[in-house]
Amino acid sequence: MAQQIQQLPPGPPRDAGSVPRAKTNAFSALLHRSPRLRLAGLLTAPAGWLVLVYIAALTALLITAFWTVDTFTGEVSTVWTTENIVTVLTDPVYQRITLRTLWIAVAVTVIDMVLALPIAFFIAKVASARWEKLLVVAVLMPLWASYLVKAYAWRNILAEGGLLEWLGAPIGLSSPGYGETAVILTLSYIWLPYMILPIYAGFDRVPDSLLEASGDLGAKPLTTMRLVMLPLLVPSIIAGTIFTFSLSLGDYITAQIVGGTTQMLGTVVYANVGAANNLPFAAAVSLVPIAIIMFYLFIVRRSGALNSL
Amino acid sequence: MRLSRSAKVVLGVVTVLVLLFIYTPLLLVVVNSFNADRTFGWPPKGFTLEWWGKAFDSPGVREAVLSSLWVAVVSTLISLLLGTLLALSLQRYKFFGRNIISLLVILPIALPGVVTGIALNNMFTTILGVPLSLWTVVIAHATFCMVTVFNNVIARLRRMSPGLEEASADLGAGLFTTFNLVTFPQLRSALLAGGLLAFALSFDEIIVTTFTIGAGETTLPIWILQNLFRPNQAPVVNVVAVVLIVVSIVPIWLAQKLSGDSVRVSGARVKADER
Repeated sequence: MAQQIQQLPPGPPRDAGSVPRAKTNAFSALLHRSPRLRLAGLLTAPAGWLVLVYIAALTALLITAFWTVDTFTGEVSTVWTTENIVTVLTDPVYQRITLRTLWIAVAVTVIDMVLALPIAFFIAKVASARWEKLLVVAVLMPLWASYLVKAYAWRNILAEGGLLEWLGAPIGLSSPGYGETAVILTLSYIWLPYMILPIYAGFDRVPDSLLEASGDLGAKPLTTMRLVMLPLLVPSIIAGTIFTFSLSLGDYITAQIVGGTTQMLGTVVYANVGAANNLPFAAAVSLVPIAIIMFYLFIVRRSGALNSL
Repeated sequence: MRLSRSAKVVLGVVTVLVLLFIYTPLLLVVVNSFNADRTFGWPPKGFTLEWWGKAFDSPGVREAVLSSLWVAVVSTLISLLLGTLLALSLQRYKFFGRNIISLLVILPIALPGVVTGIALNNMFTTILGVPLSLWTVVIAHATFCMVTVFNNVIARLRRMSPGLEEASADLGAGLFTTFNLVTFPQLRSALLAGGLLAFALSFDEIIVTTFTIGAGETTLPIWILQNLFRPNQAPVVNVVAVVLIVVSIVPIWLAQKLSGDSVRVSGARVKADER
């Protein structure tokens, strides 16, 4: 970050120190003269934290994936091997788990998108200003209720003799029981607000005048929606999908609570850190969701979605 | 665009249905906290206050709440400091690596919790040999809570008029005086909103916590998870859940009041424009 430190507009002018009544001490004056020092003072702690804690940890994780575990002592031994990675990528068991996890994450994302679009549209463009405020709070509130509690509520709903069976009985439907469907249903439920809010904000940002202009020029509502609204909305939708997709991809607790025997990538990671005590293998498995998310972020980075997170 | 009356009605009905979908499970938890039947069959056969009494007498719950509060407070304080510094540097300066750092700060919430969890677990236990404790949980939480503060503060900075700070400097105030008397008061509500979100995020976090907590330590989510499958304790879990839901209304109401026109997801502000 050598030559080109540049002060952006909001900032004090350089020669203000010459005002006689100034109660500046020497340190403050020094900082005042040097934008580079100011930046260093601001940036060192947070950037250092992110790099030393997070990037270092991710790097270490990558390295650990190439290590192995001593079968006698159970200690991690630093012998280089690609065995873990190869197993994760080629063993049919892990391939199946990867595909299942991916499928669950995609299904949750699509369900949430389908549910979120109409409600977000209604809140932003149809509801009156007073209702808009109330509805936003109504959508926000479940975000603050505990994740575990929500998953647990679904466990009770899906249980034998639970609410779903009671509701479904008159029309001949029964609960899907604990399994993959239950996981998709529960995760869709838990992450829904994370999809509604960015899409709502996206709708909210589309100026009404654009929609009116489109209507005045003779476009039917559906045409306006497709040609005017949707293109403006894409970054917000993608922002929502990043949340639902990423949060579902790494989940194992919901799978544990309503999934029955359903295994997800997170389940494998968790089992290998805990019971199986094979950190290198867990590290190798966790590289799969990292790669998938990075790939997804890479595809969508040009859409401006990352700024809508 | 003029929507027909029937289109509006259909949208309204869908909205009501989605809200029903959102609220039914939460209401069920409330009902079940009074349900006399330990298996929570539906419809409930009888009601009792037994679980509420048990929850308030449980030392396990009390300890877990205290640990959770401590972790949430400390990580919120750290993320307030770091998030504000980061927002100030990214919004006010252009420098090499700026884009990388702005990507870096969202990574802890963009990557699944299990990744953050195992990465930190691996670093603490295998690489550094640091024993896991509540402190390691704090380090983990501060890392992903930082982004909530960052998003709130940077959004506020973008809307702030630079004229006030310039005027302060012109009148002879030093950097720190200007920050204390001019910048900070304008940031205060953004800090409070970001801090509340950070607190809530930390208080409820379970996945990263599972990977970074020391043996023998329990935060409230960990306690809930441990007791979820115990027939004797499950009703008490419902009570704790209801209390959490009710208590969470306070911060959400505060955050909503303070944040003005912004909407956020997990602390990430959906912002209007990139400067």
